[in-house]
Amino acid sequence: MLLQNIFTDDNVAWMDGNGPDSDIVLASRIRLARNFQDIPFPNRASAAQLTEVKTRIIDILDDIATLTNNNYICIDMEKLTDIQRRVLIEKHFISNKFVKHIECRSLILSTDSNIGIMINEEDHMRIQCMGSGLDINTLLKTAFLIDDAIEKKYDIAFDDSMGYLTSCPTNLGTGLRVSVLLHLPGLVMTNQIAKIVNISPQLGLAVRGMFGTNAPGNLFYISNQLSLGFNEKELVENLTRTVQEIAAHEHEARKAILSYNEDKMHDRSWRALGVLKYARSLSIRELLSLSSNVRIGIDEKIIDGIDPTVFNRLIVAGRANYLTNLQEKESISQRELDKKRADISRKIICDSSIGK
Amino acid sequence: MLCDNCKKNEACIHITQISGNNKIDKYLCEECAAQYGEFLTHPQAEVQPEVFSVNDFLSGLFHNTAGAKSAEETGKMPGDEEYACPSCGMTYMDFANSGKIGCSVCYKTFRNKLEPLLRRLHGSSKHTGKIPRRAGKTLNMQQELDVLRKQIQQCVDNEEYEKAAQLRDCIRRLEKEIKGE
Repeated sequence: MLLQNIFTDDNVAWMDGNGPDSDIVLASRIRLARNFQDIPFPNRASAAQLTEVKTRIIDILDDIATLTNNNYICIDMEKLTDIQRRVLIEKHFISNKFVKHIECRSLILSTDSNIGIMINEEDHMRIQCMGSGLDINTLLKTAFLIDDAIEKKYDIAFDDSMGYLTSCPTNLGTGLRVSVLLHLPGLVMTNQIAKIVNISPQLGLAVRGMFGTNAPGNLFYISNQLSLGFNEKELVENLTRTVQEIAAHEHEARKAILSYNEDKMHDRSWRALGVLKYARSLSIRELLSLSSNVRIGIDEKIIDGIDPTVFNRLIVAGRANYLTNLQEKESISQRELDKKRADISRKIICDSSIGK
Repeated sequence: MLCDNCKKNEACIHITQISGNNKIDKYLCEECAAQYGEFLTHPQAEVQPEVFSVNDFLSGLFHNTAGAKSAEETGKMPGDEEYACPSCGMTYMDFANSGKIGCSVCYKTFRNKLEPLLRRLHGSSKHTGKIPRRAGKTLNMQQELDVLRKQIQQCVDNEEYEKAAQLRDCIRRLEKEIKGE
């Protein structure tokens, strides 16, 4: 992967449509928050101290590369344009918080783009591992490899009862956040999603829409809320089991819709594909909702001849900052944006058609 | 006057928002005002501007905790609010304002004050997950001790006294190491 491609590729490796349960689980991600014991957390650290953090990680990058069998590049936030930083946020390589102060903030990214370390975000290190489908245990193993390599060389902020010490007290303990991206059109159409959202806190989990509360595109994140009191395995197990349960209900809901109103479902999917194929202007909401309808059509064998990952690619390629950056501009008008979005959707649909 | 929101730029716009009996006055810079306007007029925007962060919310909780405490203990601990962390110089008031911890030592420095908040966030949970080999050395040894003590009991029960004696030596060595730290 070339550095430039991070900004222009319309797919991301950890959402390539592979992996267990990938018809419903688009991607999994885990994050470990870690700090060095002898340096104040980034919000209290001087520029020299922040640079020291970065140097320490760069120093052991070769070890990490060998252990994880991956190569890494270091991207300094200061060297990027504003729009490039926003593309990285859209693609979930970095967080919003990461670019609030950009001095000495760097992203270490593996060349397959599945592993990232945010340096000097809220904590000194945010180790992130991403993967397609529902395969959290593998991600956790990789993250631990990196964590072990770091702690072999340096003292990590830790307390016997509070666990790993973090800048924000909500992350204390394991410093672990597991989150999974789900496509749940069946549960939305049958009005079942509220039940899932409501029961989740009792399981220590939070469910939220990927694009806000209305969840256009029927995309939801589910993540653990507790980080202390349970070990990493228990946290991962709890989330995995819950996601499998949700996926089972999603399958049932789809079956119910199909047996109850098959014609309407067929019409909805084919109609959505038609619009995506020929539209000349699309808002992000429209794009998400249409591509969700196409995806459920592909999943339920209503539509054939199109690769299911068309949905994954459209989610990435339809985003405002990604499209703006493609025009090599800092900003473009809404009208222009909607036009470019329709252009790229037609192209992606065309590319994903099999046997034409 | 600085902007109420970012506290960086000069405020140039005054917003008064009235809802019911509440009146909110805000002095904002142009950038923040634009965001604020976007929030009010486009609640469906693709990316919601951040109105307040988790840390703002926590800082509110800090404030409340601090208020309840100082009412009870007025005069008992004068100047306590000014007490600074020896490692990073952060004071308790800094916490209350930012909702963020300054460094790893702060957790020790302000342990008593943080406890009520931590209990609210995490209950009375204890860390049971991964332990770093270096920083958590004592904890690792303690866990090892627990295992050895269980084993020694088993050996005694099975009348394997020779093995038990070996284990006892191991335990003594570990105990010495922990004390020596």
